[in-house]
Amino acid sequence: MSGATLLKESGPKEVFCGLTSIVWLHRRMPDAFFLVVGSRTCAHLIQSAAGVMIFAEPRFGTAILEERDLAGLADAHDELNRVVKNLLARRPEIKTLFLVGSCPSEVIKIDLSRVAENLNIELKGQVTVLNYSGSGIETTFTQGEDGALKALIPLMPKSNQKKLLLVGTLANAVEDRLISIFNRLGIDNVESFPPRQSTELPSIGQETKVLLTQPYLTDTARELKSRGAEIIEAPFPLGVTGSTLWVQAAANSFDIEKSLVDSILNPLISRAKQALAPHVEKLSGKKLFLLPESQLEIPLARFLSNECGMEIVEIGTPYLNRDLMKAEIDLLPPDCRIVEGQHVEKQLDRVRDSSPDLVVCGMGLANPLEAEGISTKWSIEMVFSPIHGIDQASDLAELFSRPLRRHDILNPTKTLTSN
Amino acid sequence: MELTLWTYEGPPHIGAMRIATSMKKLHYVLHAPQGDTYADLLFTMIERRGSRPPVTYTTFQARDLGGDTAELVKGHIKEAVDRFTPEALLVGESCTAELIQDQPGSLAKGMGFDIPIVSLELPAYSKKENWGGSETFYQIVRTLLKDHSKESKQTWQEEKRRPRINLLGPTLLGFRCRDDVLEIQKLLGQYGIDVNVVAPLGASPADIMRIPNADVNVCLYPEIAESTCIWLERNLNIPFTTTVPLGVGATQDFLKELHEVLEMEIPQSVNESNNSKLTWYSNSVDSNYLTGKRVFIFGDGTHALAAARIANEELGFKVVGLGTYSREMARKVRPAAKALGLEALITNDYLEVEDAIKETSPELVLGTQMERHSAKRLGIPCAVISTPMHVQDVPARYSPQMGWEGANVIFDDWVHPLMMGLEEHLIGMFKHDFEFVDGHQSHLGHLGGKGNQNTNKDNIKTNLQDSGTTDGDPVWTHEGEKELSKIPFFVRGKVRKNTENYARQAGCREINEETLYDAKAHYKA
Repeated sequence: MSGATLLKESGPKEVFCGLTSIVWLHRRMPDAFFLVVGSRTCAHLIQSAAGVMIFAEPRFGTAILEERDLAGLADAHDELNRVVKNLLARRPEIKTLFLVGSCPSEVIKIDLSRVAENLNIELKGQVTVLNYSGSGIETTFTQGEDGALKALIPLMPKSNQKKLLLVGTLANAVEDRLISIFNRLGIDNVESFPPRQSTELPSIGQETKVLLTQPYLTDTARELKSRGAEIIEAPFPLGVTGSTLWVQAAANSFDIEKSLVDSILNPLISRAKQALAPHVEKLSGKKLFLLPESQLEIPLARFLSNECGMEIVEIGTPYLNRDLMKAEIDLLPPDCRIVEGQHVEKQLDRVRDSSPDLVVCGMGLANPLEAEGISTKWSIEMVFSPIHGIDQASDLAELFSRPLRRHDILNPTKTLTSN
Repeated sequence: MELTLWTYEGPPHIGAMRIATSMKKLHYVLHAPQGDTYADLLFTMIERRGSRPPVTYTTFQARDLGGDTAELVKGHIKEAVDRFTPEALLVGESCTAELIQDQPGSLAKGMGFDIPIVSLELPAYSKKENWGGSETFYQIVRTLLKDHSKESKQTWQEEKRRPRINLLGPTLLGFRCRDDVLEIQKLLGQYGIDVNVVAPLGASPADIMRIPNADVNVCLYPEIAESTCIWLERNLNIPFTTTVPLGVGATQDFLKELHEVLEMEIPQSVNESNNSKLTWYSNSVDSNYLTGKRVFIFGDGTHALAAARIANEELGFKVVGLGTYSREMARKVRPAAKALGLEALITNDYLEVEDAIKETSPELVLGTQMERHSAKRLGIPCAVISTPMHVQDVPARYSPQMGWEGANVIFDDWVHPLMMGLEEHLIGMFKHDFEFVDGHQSHLGHLGGKGNQNTNKDNIKTNLQDSGTTDGDPVWTHEGEKELSKIPFFVRGKVRKNTENYARQAGCREINEETLYDAKAHYKA
């Protein structure tokens, strides 16, 4: 590893729980429904994070536990059965139903896997019922996707077909673009997981090579490995360098000639660098502080420091998987401070002390920091925006240069530069 | 277990957070897992607050559950008190912590702090946000004032001073509370009445201690302040007013009630009709077209009740539906609905509300942001009158609902979504011209314009099919459909339904031009 300093911190945290990932997962798989088994708090969290009102009927909901459900567990299982059947009768288009565990369902130990198993027997394959936990006592924000994907893996058919499997939710347009680049390299059999339809799961086996698109898929990667797949080691496809190394790693693994790879990627790289230039001008020399939330903090810091010239004050990360992050940490500038976990008060003290030009943070903290004159960027935007790949590098940089540009427009006399 | 796709109210600890964040120099330690920290964004994004809610979440994890979570709670309490040095501390738990029974309130009380500690027990599996807000405010007031002397104090007349009152109930994430407080303060100032304390919004624990200095409590939002007002009346002999000054009539009644409770003479100016422009605007000739407009009302108890009165008495609308998501207010909403010849809709299920809207085919919906979305899908104009809050409900401009200016705002907000009278007349005259796009409504950009010209018609058609067309139903002839299409779209759905009902009763298999007129005559008779 490079000279990055790894620190741990504990205390009050300010992060979303894994339930939040339903917000993008349900869009990825329009034939799936996510039913949280939880409390009114869970329902309120998801609707607050997702702007639910735009849907006539959203494809996610909460089976809200009531006092009588807490009294006897057998009843809770029966009740859940009843709620699921009502839901499926109302929404016949659902092909896959995810029962999502929450903090209260975990604490009172509702056995969602048993409920799912019984329902699968009763429903005889009309609907597949799966379960995973998105509870905040076990998972953080993007980890919810890790759980949902892990639950799907046992359903993936076995095959010994040689293929490249892209794992992690991407924006559809970005996914198409990345697949076409691999096709040009001569890798024809490229599939994605999660698929766009929950019923069209890719097959998996010894000849499957997995390229992770997102850094938060610890359990998924482990399970895919146990199904025989090989996980290609690479940094994540954010920024020009990260995306180039990511594609190259796959190409190496498929024994594609380096000259072919270069001939295809080099024009993309030089075009992307050109598009990046105006943003680099804005970002270069500016101080960046990343609060922990999405797990994308380390790859983002690597891109913003190496390619955009930003000075990294601190990289917060909810948890650190050293294996998956190894390639990323190796690329970080020396003496980078990575803090795993959080004590939100102490961390905000450090933010104020270091007077950064830009802070990447959760939605709850952004306006209070803005009110103190510190520009911010919502970390949740990174999981909704098409930011992956060489072609998207300038769009990714733009997400960070825009708040600085705006600050300068609104405060023409005050300069934000910290030097 | 209840399937919920969307909920009007959050859990009770969100109500507690609304109180804590509304107040100053107060801190709330909430025993809760990390996901519950989402609640901060309600305040920093919806209300656009430039400061974090004064809340410390213990953010316990699964691995803590095996060990001593009580010690973890105490650690967070100590750190919060040291760091924020509040005048009083709220301690409570959210749904998950309620299950592990650490009793953080008792723990805090045993830690030897010299500040008042308010321990909150908010049953998360049976109660909701407004109840939690009400209970929290009540517990704060009770804890801080329980040792206050009950001896009767001197009246304002005896002390030869201006009368003073407390404004109780306004909170963050309450509907237009910020501006209502300003409007009511201004109104009372005109009648020589001073405001002693506004709470919870902007009050510190020290301000709460000054509540007994007032002669009367004004209960602005019963959802939040009624139980506190009752306690203050019983224990400290402070009477309170029950009329909520929403609308012209209610503002007049409020002023009369307050003058009576204060034993002041009621000035004539209270009854003057030019205090608010609503009265004249409603009398002006342009408003003729408002007569009998069918309006569906749904919201929190206070705003739904007020809307029904304003709609019925001050704007001449016909209320065709009235309901609330607030079960605590059901006993007030039911008789109000009955008086209008309706059965109140008491539900937390927005799909049930949407069905009721379809069923009554109103011309205007007054509801929450959710009803705004439902109404949009149905092509019906809508104005928002109640929480739950949306960033749009925190306008930059001064926009109260209460008092004279509030009535002005209400007139504009409710009438603008409807077509202006003259405009409606012109559309009637010119709708057969080729330039005219069916479904034109100047205020509904998304429904006007060529691309969407069939939206309304199709919506209404589909809705009617949804509501159960069977094989034995009468069939529309081409002539019947053609005649129906000449009817303005905003009543077309209702005419279609009425005509079908009539045809069914009359045993017609087909609906032609004549059936339509027969039905019209039948329903007018």
